[in-house]
Amino acid sequence: MTSNSIIQVRNLHKTYRTGDVDVHALRGVDLDVARGEFLTVIGPSGSGKSTLFHIIGGLAAPTSGDVVIDGVNLRSLEDRERTKMRQRKVGFVFQKYNLLPTLSARDNINMAQALADRPPKPSDFDEILTMLQIKQRLDHKPRALSGGEQQRVAIARALVNQPAILLADEPTGNLDTENSQAVLQILRDLNKRTRQTILMITHNPEAAAYADRTVTMRDGVIHA
Amino acid sequence: MINKLVLENLKHRWVRTLLSALVVGVQVMSILTLIGLSRGLLEDSANRLKATGADIVLKPESGATLSLSTGQLSEKFVPFLAKQPHVTQAVGVLSHNVSSSILTMNGVNIPEFAKISPGFKFLSGGPPQNDPDGLIIDAYYAREHHLRVGDTVTLLNHPWHVTGIVEGGVLSRLVVDLSRLQWATGNGGKITEILVKLDDPARTNEEVTELNKLLEGSLKAISMADLVSQFSINNIPSLKAFIWVIVALAVVVGFLVVFLSMYTAVLERTREIGILKALGAQPGTIIGILIREAFVLAAAGCVIGIVLSFGAKALIMAIVPASLQVVNVPDWWPISGGIAILGALLGAIYPGLKAARQDAIEALAYD
Repeated sequence: MTSNSIIQVRNLHKTYRTGDVDVHALRGVDLDVARGEFLTVIGPSGSGKSTLFHIIGGLAAPTSGDVVIDGVNLRSLEDRERTKMRQRKVGFVFQKYNLLPTLSARDNINMAQALADRPPKPSDFDEILTMLQIKQRLDHKPRALSGGEQQRVAIARALVNQPAILLADEPTGNLDTENSQAVLQILRDLNKRTRQTILMITHNPEAAAYADRTVTMRDGVIHA
Repeated sequence: MINKLVLENLKHRWVRTLLSALVVGVQVMSILTLIGLSRGLLEDSANRLKATGADIVLKPESGATLSLSTGQLSEKFVPFLAKQPHVTQAVGVLSHNVSSSILTMNGVNIPEFAKISPGFKFLSGGPPQNDPDGLIIDAYYAREHHLRVGDTVTLLNHPWHVTGIVEGGVLSRLVVDLSRLQWATGNGGKITEILVKLDDPARTNEEVTELNKLLEGSLKAISMADLVSQFSINNIPSLKAFIWVIVALAVVVGFLVVFLSMYTAVLERTREIGILKALGAQPGTIIGILIREAFVLAAAGCVIGIVLSFGAKALIMAIVPASLQVVNVPDWWPISGGIAILGALLGAIYPGLKAARQDAIEALAYD
């Protein structure tokens, strides 16, 4: 394994049981993501990229194989420890934004911080909010924000705990072209300015083009 | 931050929050009103008995002290007691329930009763004069039934003529001549209890002992002070049991209301629970959120219930002041609150566990 890799995946298998049928979602995935890299995993629906996203993010356990995030092998972690890992090491950006609808944008960000029991926000967080262009919209609830604004709040929320990796699952899937480009540009700027490691899942080759490197997934395996 | 989320969630679904708190409030009000009614009726009975001015009350040896069973005692004991040393007056009282009501009608020899009692304070009319069917009612009964002096009222299948309306507070709300009530109820020569006035009230305890020795096996003497002190919920096992049944029902109602409310909330908020899990919320945190919501619902329900109990009291006292007496029971506020909170917390446990066990990926995919 490369010592500079912040994400190391080796021979990863994931099998789901659906009724009496075993579904092999991942069939031996190997992947390295370097610290500070912006990597895109591209592939059609059903290729297993979302399953990979969930396992790397600690939302699901692997059936077999190793997933090492920032030096911690997820295979050895209990549910509780995986949850703790999500608090500190992973920031999620989802296709459907997934903001808590009853809280303002500011409180959505604060909630992530409260759950991780983290002290003050990073020193450059104000700068990040400026970059995301949401400083004036922080006191609004999600229903008062546009899709692009909601996704930018979700990015701020994902970054507030200074995660080792930012995982983005189809972050532009619900956005129009203009907002999609803005969000992708923000992700690329973030990566360049703060060396934030980003792993983005998409099926859109145009979105994938914003990354440093793209790998393709098909039938549960990665093709470089 | 978690507390803010709890409050915002409750505010966001304000109709459900309000309805849930209201139902918990009705449950709290039921407990407070039931206790207030029980105490109110007992205190009212005790006060009216005390106001007779008697020092000692004699009841059948076999009966319960607080029993109001009709005519278990021969009225021949009355003249016998009147002859005892230090007894200045003895008056027999017959109590009979008025049908389909918890109201009692008292039969008493009114001129004799006036000798031991500070007397009835008539607001209008007076005691029956040469009218065996004369009826004295108190102001509460007159107000509830819109009666005035001269009206005829049928009770115990017998027409009575209202001759006087008195202030409430002595004997029962309906007082008639003893012999007429004995006749009307088929209790000829029978009475319920005997009120005794002493020449020196300081001798009460001594005389109670003397009378109990003298009448052993027939009558039981008890000082008015002791009798009044027994007018408590704790001394009426059936009432106590009834209250516990209501309390248990209240816990069940609180449990069901909060259970349904929280269960629906968990179903509705599946995606939000998934978001919290993705952000790193531990199962305990998820359960804690629902427990706190249930607690707030119950606490709000307690406040609503206390306010409603004042409303219920005002309503009861306005509509049926003669039949029911209610008092405020602030010592039961924390108890009823505790019952509501217990029910609510029990109701939040299963939905909380369900939420905590939810799979984060499935929850995030929920629409």
